[in-house]
Amino acid sequence: MDAPNPEWIWTMLLEQSLEGDTAAYHTLLTALTPALRRTLRSRSQQAGLDVEDVVQEVLLALHLKRSTWVRGTPVARWVAAIARNKLVDAWRRRGRHTEVSIDSVADSLREDGDDHEEKSRDLERGLAALTARQRAVLTTVSLEGYTSVEAAAKLDMSEIAVRVTLHRALKSLASLFQRGGA
Amino acid sequence: MNTHDLARALAADGGRPRSLRGGLVRAWLAGLVGAAALFALLLAPRPDLASAVAKPAFWLKLLIVGATAATAATALASVARPLPQRSLLSLLVAPLLLALGLLLQFASIPAFAGGADPVFRGLMCTCFIPLLSAPVAVCLLIAMRRGAPAHPGLAGAVAGLAAGGLGATLYAFACPADSPAFIATWYSLAIGIVTIACYAIGRRALRW
Repeated sequence: MDAPNPEWIWTMLLEQSLEGDTAAYHTLLTALTPALRRTLRSRSQQAGLDVEDVVQEVLLALHLKRSTWVRGTPVARWVAAIARNKLVDAWRRRGRHTEVSIDSVADSLREDGDDHEEKSRDLERGLAALTARQRAVLTTVSLEGYTSVEAAAKLDMSEIAVRVTLHRALKSLASLFQRGGA
Repeated sequence: MNTHDLARALAADGGRPRSLRGGLVRAWLAGLVGAAALFALLLAPRPDLASAVAKPAFWLKLLIVGATAATAATALASVARPLPQRSLLSLLVAPLLLALGLLLQFASIPAFAGGADPVFRGLMCTCFIPLLSAPVAVCLLIAMRRGAPAHPGLAGAVAGLAAGGLGATLYAFACPADSPAFIATWYSLAIGIVTIACYAIGRRALRW
């Protein structure tokens, strides 16, 4: 049997994610990360940008704008449209201009290739701009890998408060990126 | 925190997102309530409403402004996305209806004849239509911020066109002028003002 087309898997995972399946969502983000890194590497380096910064910015945008995907349309083109917007933005912040077509980005997303693990880039400056509570929630669910229920117990907050705080923290991080702060 | 950790945080915030279209529908309804409240507060139905509903020119006016609102509103969910799914050709329906009205008027069809509408009446249009549109425009632009428009300026302009069309549709019940030439001049000016203002706002506020 042939290996299934990655886009078919992404579509399935994204549909499940939008139904609220967070495990499928995590799998999707993990699968998209190397594809994004590969796609964005040379396009970022040309402007002296750290590819990992751009990848993180794109992941945040994909997350916050995931309701803009239309069911039944190609996932790769949608991801490419968001990645392209963020790439053009990042170039602009460097005072440069780039022409990238959505299709060329979508094509490289679909390509197979090895992922060279980049050095982990810290979001420290971005984290520093968050409130203490946002930082606590964010590190508990990310670095320590707690679920929001577990994080709520650990931080002595309600689960709703953990969810709201996490969501606000991610929105703040995204807007920090947008202003070139992170 | 590296990319791997970020992905875990995003997944934890996963859940089912609120629908973009649902947000736009709620914004539309909230804006309509606001516009209707302003109408009740500041305006009154035209005194000749009972006889106006028997005139084709009144219905054509309503059709033109109603089509502006409806076509722009249905295009919103598309222009609010990074990959627009449909073309904006439907936005031509209202201008074509207006052109048809002008044709009827210039052909001297009595039912579409223009009276001597004072400029004052036109200026009223230019003030009140943007005023009635304002709550709709504000609600729609807020709802659009949840989207990720490929062209923020265009998305803002379409929101403005929808808001201007809805404001004009309400105002059409207060305004006694029905001639196509009047609509082409003053209603277009008023809706154009709203559209351009929302284009300028959208360019900045709808970037993501």
